[in-house]
Amino acid sequence: MSAGTVERTLASARIGVITFPGTLDDRDAARAVRLAGGEPVSLFHADGDLQNVDAVVLPGGFSYGDYLRAGAISRFAPAMDAVVDAARGGMPVLGICNGFQVLTESHLLPGSMVKNDHLHFVCREQVLAVENAETAWTNRYTAGQQITIPLKNQDGQFVADERTLDELEGEGRVAFRYVGTNPNGSRRDIAGITNAAGNVVGLMPHPEHAVEAGFGPDSAEGHRAGTDGLGFFTSVLASLVHA
Amino acid sequence: MGRVVVEVMPKPEILDPQGKAVVGALPRLGFTQFSGVRQGKRFELEVDGEVTPEVLEAARQAAGTLLSNPVIEDVVRVADASEESAGVSA
Repeated sequence: MSAGTVERTLASARIGVITFPGTLDDRDAARAVRLAGGEPVSLFHADGDLQNVDAVVLPGGFSYGDYLRAGAISRFAPAMDAVVDAARGGMPVLGICNGFQVLTESHLLPGSMVKNDHLHFVCREQVLAVENAETAWTNRYTAGQQITIPLKNQDGQFVADERTLDELEGEGRVAFRYVGTNPNGSRRDIAGITNAAGNVVGLMPHPEHAVEAGFGPDSAEGHRAGTDGLGFFTSVLASLVHA
Repeated sequence: MGRVVVEVMPKPEILDPQGKAVVGALPRLGFTQFSGVRQGKRFELEVDGEVTPEVLEAARQAAGTLLSNPVIEDVVRVADASEESAGVSA
């Protein structure tokens, strides 16, 4: 395959970004898809038609004001019924922050998020270790690689029973772990997980805010120069090309 | 008008950060008797007619799907509360 063919194939990959009432980061997620070389497609929570997208991002925010439980009401949106079906069929789905909470409420991923153990909202540049670099959203990283992306949440403490945690560990389904500080009391420092097939990934930190130099976290390259999050979006494009 | 009350509590094995904050604040007001607090949720579901067995069953199903997340919470009560005043426990 020539380089030109690869570019055309990547550009034709259509990544849906769902907007729920109270979603905040849909435009950043769409921008990240574009910067990675894909075509972002805006999807609306009330529409059960996913418009034949190749993958879906559930962005961060406070859908329905986090009323009841974070992600609990969004989980029953018509668009989510379609996402659950498509995800079970193998379509790549990424849930970021509130999107991760929607994925656990939808039972596409195990466990749940509760309030941060210290009860404060946290907003920081967070170091993560990529534990599983074989998922649809992490294949452009290497296992053990450390990345820095923003973290901002109130209900970010990942919890699950011991049996589920052991299962996640045993099957290599811990996708990301917090390095240094555990910012919210998450069990076993877990920042993100994947389903068994590797097409559904959820994490609390925000890769879409670290995709363009000048607008990302501070890095060795300079002030706000960090683009460690871009790999999520180039990974899914690569997985679609090779699918 | 009928009313069904649904009460949901965090599972015992899940640390309840809100309850922990409340138990920490109580002694500052002189309430030193309380060694632990767990904070849950109470829902009041209103129906136009009477609370029939079918209405109660629907409330149980709503409690197990939308009103609680079984991973972190237990439904501890689903009951006909038509005789109670709104917001007042029996």
